Amino acid sequence: MIKAILVFNNHGKPRLSKFYQYFNEDMQQQIIKETFQLVSKREDNVCNFLEGGSLIGGSDYKLIYRHYATLYFVFCVDSSESELGILDLIQVFVETLDKCFENVCELDLIFHADAVHHILAELVMGGMVLQTNMTDILARIEEQNKLVKQEAGISAAPARAVSAVKSMNIPQQIKDIKLPDLPQAIKDLKF
Amino acid sequence: MALKKVKGNFERMFDKNLTDLVRGIRNNKDNEAKYIAQCIEEIKLELRQDNISVKCNAVAKLTYIQMLGYDISWAGFNIIEVMSSSRFTCKRIGYLAASQCFHPESELLMLTTNMIRKDLNSQNQYDAGVALSGLSCFISPDLSRDLANDIMTLMSSTKPYLRMKAVLMMYKVFLRYPEALRPAFPKLKEKLEDPDPGVQSAAVNVICELARKNPKNYLPLAPVFFKLMTTSTNNWMLIKIIKLFGALTPLEPRLGKKLIEPLTNLIHSTSAMSLLYECINTVIAVLISISSGMPNHSASIQLCVQKLRILIEDSDQNLKYLGLLAMSKILKTHPKSVQEHKDLILACLDDKDESIRLRSLDLLYGMVSKKNLMEIVKRLLGHMERAEGSLYRDELLYKVIEICSQSSYLYVTNFEWYLTVLVELIQLEAGSKHGRLIAEQLLDVAIRVPVVRQFAVNEMTNLLDTFPVSSQSHSMYEVLYAAAWIVGEFSNDLEDAEKTLNILLRPRQLPGHIQGVFVQNVTKIFTRLATTCLESEDVESLIRLCNHVLEKLQTFSSINDIEVQERANSACILIEMLRSQFHVSDSRSELYNKNQTKTSFDIISTDDNKNLAKPLTVIPTFAIEIVQEMALLFDGELIPVAPKAQRKVPLPEGLDLDEWINGPPEDESSNSSQEDKDELFISAAHSEEGTLGKRRKSEELTPEQIERNRMARLIEQSHNPHYLKSLPSVTDGNKQKPASASNSNYNVDQYDNIDDIPISELSLDVPLQIGVKRSDRYLMQEKTINKEKKKHKKSKKSKKTKNKVAYSSSESEDDSKPLHIVNTTMDMPEGVALSDSEDKDSKFDPNDPHRALNIELDIPDLEEPKTRKREAKSAPSNQNNNPVTMSSDTISNKKKEKKKSKEKDSVALKSESIETTEASKTHTKSKTKKKSHNAKNTNLLDISPENEESLAPMSVTVEKQKKDKSHKSKDISGEDYIKKKEKKSKRHHHRYEGKEKKKDSNASSIGGYEEAIGISTPSKEII
Repeated sequence: MIKAILVFNNHGKPRLSKFYQYFNEDMQQQIIKETFQLVSKREDNVCNFLEGGSLIGGSDYKLIYRHYATLYFVFCVDSSESELGILDLIQVFVETLDKCFENVCELDLIFHADAVHHILAELVMGGMVLQTNMTDILARIEEQNKLVKQEAGISAAPARAVSAVKSMNIPQQIKDIKLPDLPQAIKDLKF
Repeated sequence: MALKKVKGNFERMFDKNLTDLVRGIRNNKDNEAKYIAQCIEEIKLELRQDNISVKCNAVAKLTYIQMLGYDISWAGFNIIEVMSSSRFTCKRIGYLAASQCFHPESELLMLTTNMIRKDLNSQNQYDAGVALSGLSCFISPDLSRDLANDIMTLMSSTKPYLRMKAVLMMYKVFLRYPEALRPAFPKLKEKLEDPDPGVQSAAVNVICELARKNPKNYLPLAPVFFKLMTTSTNNWMLIKIIKLFGALTPLEPRLGKKLIEPLTNLIHSTSAMSLLYECINTVIAVLISISSGMPNHSASIQLCVQKLRILIEDSDQNLKYLGLLAMSKILKTHPKSVQEHKDLILACLDDKDESIRLRSLDLLYGMVSKKNLMEIVKRLLGHMERAEGSLYRDELLYKVIEICSQSSYLYVTNFEWYLTVLVELIQLEAGSKHGRLIAEQLLDVAIRVPVVRQFAVNEMTNLLDTFPVSSQSHSMYEVLYAAAWIVGEFSNDLEDAEKTLNILLRPRQLPGHIQGVFVQNVTKIFTRLATTCLESEDVESLIRLCNHVLEKLQTFSSINDIEVQERANSACILIEMLRSQFHVSDSRSELYNKNQTKTSFDIISTDDNKNLAKPLTVIPTFAIEIVQEMALLFDGELIPVAPKAQRKVPLPEGLDLDEWINGPPEDESSNSSQEDKDELFISAAHSEEGTLGKRRKSEELTPEQIERNRMARLIEQSHNPHYLKSLPSVTDGNKQKPASASNSNYNVDQYDNIDDIPISELSLDVPLQIGVKRSDRYLMQEKTINKEKKKHKKSKKSKKTKNKVAYSSSESEDDSKPLHIVNTTMDMPEGVALSDSEDKDSKFDPNDPHRALNIELDIPDLEEPKTRKREAKSAPSNQNNNPVTMSSDTISNKKKEKKKSKEKDSVALKSESIETTEASKTHTKSKTKKKSHNAKNTNLLDISPENEESLAPMSVTVEKQKKDKSHKSKDISGEDYIKKKEKKSKRHHHRYEGKEKKKDSNASSIGGYEEAIGISTPSKEII
């Protein structure tokens, strides 16, 4: 069983948190903090497994993580999961994100946290691995996106236009100039 | 209406959407909290609007805010509103929000039952899919109960996507509502052979999770999994199956033997590291489970170890880590095979990765020998100096102690070295939390290794002298406890007792229970010094000593801890009493002086001599008696007490521990009998306090009473489980009478043996060379000895005595005498074995949901119908037909054998727990109740299909009752047993019906009912 899936950046800012066991919000934040502290002090060329984390689980639980550029993807799993299998799963997750967002970067995760959740829901359900085949996952996501588009139809067009204009707001663009937000904005326009 | 919708959308354009919110938060980094509070206000307004899109947008924003750590449960009702929208977009957002903030205890969930049911039955598979995903995160027991049927229906949906999700969902349902497991299981089992690999994989996943906690119930599924394993190519599923087998093999060794071959093939053929690793793991589990019976699996072990070596040598740190992890599993049963790779494991100790170092530390336990222990410990100490992070340092410290103390210090050849290491650990690891552990080790070594005591007391004196109190962590203070106790208890070995006494008397800021021990041991050393003074007839220094100690003890008696005060005061009074005797004796001796022309010194000495002959001389005798009695208090050898000794002491008949002995409570005298397992030192202090009280009283008592008290003290000590740390392994032969005379004699004998061992030159030390640790010296010393030894070749002989004293010096034959002896005698009540384990139930977790899932599932395995048929035939005909080999599949044959043995068991042990015998009883032809069975059988043979139908629901309820019972009670009362028999026979009748029908009509339509009770009848078995 997977107990929690956390994504945070190099500074410990949460980008996605999914707990398959209930913790209240304060506890969740503490867990994220603790996990970040454990993971962030490790060098890049050490192994991806980590025992402990006193807050979440006991000795049966392991933290399995991968570090991609600015983001840490951390899975907290118990001994019924294969360690290397979970590492593969993280890879599948990230590759799926990459396919869905086209060259995914941290900003995609920030602005589309809900979409990331929906993608994750196709991989893991209630703490159990649902699907590991990327083509299948992508097909499911595609079909659901189609549904959403259908429903939005014409009535959503003005809203999209406005949000596209908002997305191009100039001060923010200047602020984010070094980040590839502009292509993202353009992509949004295409929808 | 349309206009309103358009208007709503139009308004919505100017609302903040999720992107705006995120952007806003990023723009307001400085006052994020304020900004979010403002946003929440806006969201509250939005939630009040009628437009579902607006609400949806608001809920989406809330989900994001939740991630940042804000409670959004106040919006629970709105979330449900959004979930109930007919639009997929909104539904998805709603379910996402729900999955993030609802939990099984949420009260709002009861509002959702019908809505979720509607979604589950929706035409759109994604509606149902989203509902399942959300539900999996917050499903409550009520929801599980109400929705179990709907989810079960989805398990046979035409859409693989839904089947897959429903199968996984069922696991969550089982966790919350265990009653669903039995009816759902046949379907779940069916899904193992689903055409869609995703569904198959999901079913495997669920059964693996179930079987992980209660493997016993899933053993009959082994053949199905075995087939899957040999045919499937899906690595994910294979990994799960192989993991499952790892959990099953300990219960069924024959399964393990069957598994070895295909697993070995997989190990050779697969290119996926994850699969390879899991295969190795399961092979290890198999080998462990059959290690007792079959020794000729060395090839498999060799293969595993080789593969693991490849993993460990890999540059990928992950593989290295896992390799070490798996190695540690082999180590437990096949230490030899692992020891071959000592070089590799020791190399990993220097790895830059902490996780890997920790894993190799685990393995170190099996890597040490007498020869390399010093070397390894030296390296670990080196690591400790360099290592950062208290967690790792603590772990290192723990491991050093663990490897040295394993099997009663089997590998420690030189205890002076070990004590030095411990002292170095104390100096190195000032902040460690393992102070108590080190303290226990110090005590253990000092008590159990008599030869090292002289060294120990001097080491401890130094430690007490140099230990910097202020900077140390609280935990490390405990070593002072041990040090003070050692110098006091073994004060006879002290070189300079007076110096030690002064060190102990130094005022310091320490926790009360440690100060108390200080005072107590001051008394011990004082007694010893006083005795020497008497022996040398040095009254003057005795009086000086009294004055000195009295003066210093004053500071202790004003310390803020009640216990220290009490001890200090008792000691003061005792010493004062002694001193007052001399004042009197001085005046008396002057009287003597007039008569006899001798010095007062001489008089006392002559009196002393006279005393022994005739105890009539009044005054000096009293002083001597006091000293002698004080010495008596601390007399006698202390030996370790087995950890469970106290609990094993049988309560004498007629003794009621709760009864008042002397009417209403007055004092604290019950302290010493109270048992406090965890607080070793505190409670030890308590019990000593109790004895101290007695000691003070004993001053006014007659010698017989003193003697009695002394005996009481000895007995109490021998029964006190806190007196010493546990021994890891001692055989049964060590039961000894508590504090018996034989014990002390025995120890004296040891002294005699060892007295002539030259150790004096070892204890001079202390001033250490710069750059070389003191403990390293022993290493060098040992090396030179070894070199010398090589010159004269000598045969090794290991010595063992009948008393099971472990001689740890097979290498020091030069003088053919053991350098150090570890005393392994322990106090135990008679008739109690040390190995008794009674802590098993400590693992028992009442909140574990899996406990409720421990349900016997009556899983039919492949050949089961055949057996049943055979039994059906044999039952009426007195079972005289030979068992026909039904299948060449060895596994199924083995299963059969197993079942047979189970049958026997169930006949023999009628009143065993339901859980264990239920399965066998289900399968058992009623050997026990053949007669009634046959009678009913004939009645039932002509039951029509309608009757059968009408019977079905009834037996299902019976089934339920039975299940309930198996939850509630383990022991079956006679009544229950009869009921069960009835149930059993009922079931048999049904089986007969089925059989009859089969014979009659060749139809196989009986599945419905039998499935309900977990019996399936594959149609191919029909004749």
